[in-house]
Amino acid sequence: MAEFRMPSLGSDMKEGTLLEWRVKVGDRVKHGDIIAVVDTDKAAIEIEVFEDGIVETLIVQPGQKVPVGTVMALIRQEGATGARAIPVTAPALEGAPIRAAQEVAPPMERIARAVQGAFEPSAPRDETQRLRASPYARKLAAQQGVDLSLLRGTGPGGAIRATDVERAASGVESTASVAAAVEEPVTRGPVPSAEKPTPLPTGTEQPRVAADPAAMRRAIAAAMERSNREIPHYYLQTRIDLSRTLRWLESENLKRSIKERILPVVPLIKAVALALTETPELNGYWIDDRHQPQETINIGFAIALRQGGLIAPAILQADTKSIDEMMECMRDLITRARAGRLRRSEMTDATITVTSLGDLGVETVYGVIYPPQVALVGFGKVTEQPWVENGMLGIRPVLTATLAADHRATDGRRGAQFLDALNTILQEPARL
Amino acid sequence: MSTSTHAMRKITYREAVREAIRDAIQKDERVFLMGEDVGRYGGCFAVSKGLLDELGPARILDTPLSESGFVGAGIGAALGGMRPIVEVMTCNFSLLAADQILNNAAVYLHMSGGLFNVPIVIRMATGGGRQVAAQHSRCLDGWYAHIPGIKVVSPATVEDARGMLWTALEDPDPVLIFENSGLYNMEGELAVDAGPVDIDSARIRRQGKHITLISYSASLIKSLDAAEILAREGIDAEVIDLRTLRPLDEKTFLESVGKTHRALIIDEGWRSGSISAEISARIMESGFFDLDAPVQRLCSVEVPMPYAKHLEDAALPQVDKIVDIVRSMVGANG
Repeated sequence: MAEFRMPSLGSDMKEGTLLEWRVKVGDRVKHGDIIAVVDTDKAAIEIEVFEDGIVETLIVQPGQKVPVGTVMALIRQEGATGARAIPVTAPALEGAPIRAAQEVAPPMERIARAVQGAFEPSAPRDETQRLRASPYARKLAAQQGVDLSLLRGTGPGGAIRATDVERAASGVESTASVAAAVEEPVTRGPVPSAEKPTPLPTGTEQPRVAADPAAMRRAIAAAMERSNREIPHYYLQTRIDLSRTLRWLESENLKRSIKERILPVVPLIKAVALALTETPELNGYWIDDRHQPQETINIGFAIALRQGGLIAPAILQADTKSIDEMMECMRDLITRARAGRLRRSEMTDATITVTSLGDLGVETVYGVIYPPQVALVGFGKVTEQPWVENGMLGIRPVLTATLAADHRATDGRRGAQFLDALNTILQEPARL
Repeated sequence: MSTSTHAMRKITYREAVREAIRDAIQKDERVFLMGEDVGRYGGCFAVSKGLLDELGPARILDTPLSESGFVGAGIGAALGGMRPIVEVMTCNFSLLAADQILNNAAVYLHMSGGLFNVPIVIRMATGGGRQVAAQHSRCLDGWYAHIPGIKVVSPATVEDARGMLWTALEDPDPVLIFENSGLYNMEGELAVDAGPVDIDSARIRRQGKHITLISYSASLIKSLDAAEILAREGIDAEVIDLRTLRPLDEKTFLESVGKTHRALIIDEGWRSGSISAEISARIMESGFFDLDAPVQRLCSVEVPMPYAKHLEDAALPQVDKIVDIVRSMVGANG
């Protein structure tokens, strides 16, 4: 029986809310199928399953917020006998020792196996603080998305019974016990949900929850705080004559309908991908005190959201995509990012991030690396500038490209080679 | 097999058992009744009264006061192709025949490599509440249910008293029928043409949603009375009649607990190592995640049965105790 767990969709993610199941018990699923939609503090993410099999049990119910690593569903592998499903009660958030999210960063699925042990949210707490709740109350709470730790039990010895859960789910529960929960020390990062659990009506199509700007802000804060605390950045900058690339782009776009036209940022991203094949050290992660370069080049592209905040979904395998494929991919990503419909792999698998602020007139970007990545490439505005080449003065469209890199993983020389490669590629746009 | 749509008549539990015996003897020439005082005296509880005159001494046999002897004879008759109904006056005296039951009847099929089955039916009165003191008031239904190789049934209704005997006689293996002596005078409605009933399933005698009362025999009647009282307080108890203690029909009570999320077992047997302990364990094993309260048990107090009426009443499960426990389990907050 394979366990489908709440994934970590970012180094800053501690918990997620299940928005909807795309499958029901008994459905056949295969590797890569999207089976759930999860709301992080940043966006609604479509989650793929990584096992082939049949959905045996859906443990977590839509509307329920659970810590990263919580078993959300059981997938029975083909051929395996249908063992009696063991209902697993989702743990309460409050006070649960969740360290996984802090220490484990994307890409989850690559490293999840290695750190599975850290993911046991059901690890027994100190017996003295063990929640006294009946088995059925726990089952009900899991189904209805009620946080047991916020309830006051009316059973013997203050045990929480089904009736207490039902009352809470119907919104009648007094808040007397909520205060106590809030007083517990809150550690860094998003405030654990002390607000009233909001059970969603079941059986109906759930409206997508718009990302909470404050929560997103906190999530970004946590990631950036970690980045600046842990990552010794070094910065390199170079100016690139973009005239050849832009001429090439212009001629390419003449061949296309307006709808299919390629935005200037697309060749830049493609060039980053190609340059990374020459300096693979910049493509990857720093995890567990170890540099872990990645073979696949997935470029996270920062997209500003209308309601504020930003998100950097990945263009997967960017080096293998043609310019048109990449353009298509970006359109799709931007649309879905703004609609809150990103997929898990897009949220977790970026191996490097590109941020372009040129449209706002910024000339130079000094990036903050998104941990555990080891580099961030920044593009400023393309401006016409005097340019000297071969002793001749001319006016050229010039782009300032910067690299922020993790000095633990690479040294300045490697970074310089990357920017040089980037420049070279952009001078030979046919390679794109 | 219930014939509730047919014409009904009033009948006592005692008459229902008598009818079952008469019917079986008339239907099958291999069937006969043997036991102490079952003939001329008409049975210690008057169950077989009149049957000797009616059916003759070849079919209604008085035996010497030797439980081991006549139960052994019954086993021999069963091995020889007969279908004996052996009446042991009360289960207290069955202990004298315990060797025959445990060491012979229950194991012959196994010991003979499957060659000899023992189609014997042993009826015995069980239970307390009649002021006959410690040596005559035991409830050993659950005690015998511990033994593999036999079936143990405890009819609580006139329908089961009438219908279980024939099915037990048709069973190829030993069946023990426990008739609670407190039930013999109980009157109930029975279809005019009532016939055999199964002996391998429990019955829901009353539907409910707040708690499941699991019981059998005389305690079932008390549980139903308690459910009536509780219903007036808005507590809707489901009452299950186990009917057969071995093999246990756990599906029925597990499904019920899955619905009500609470269970109280009412068992006239002693608490330690009782059938109620077995039922409780099975609920833990298979229904744990459906429980909203710990399983509770109301059993006989673990003392030799007192003679004094008020003490005897205090030692046995009673309606008011059932009501109290259910109230505490379901609770005002429930």
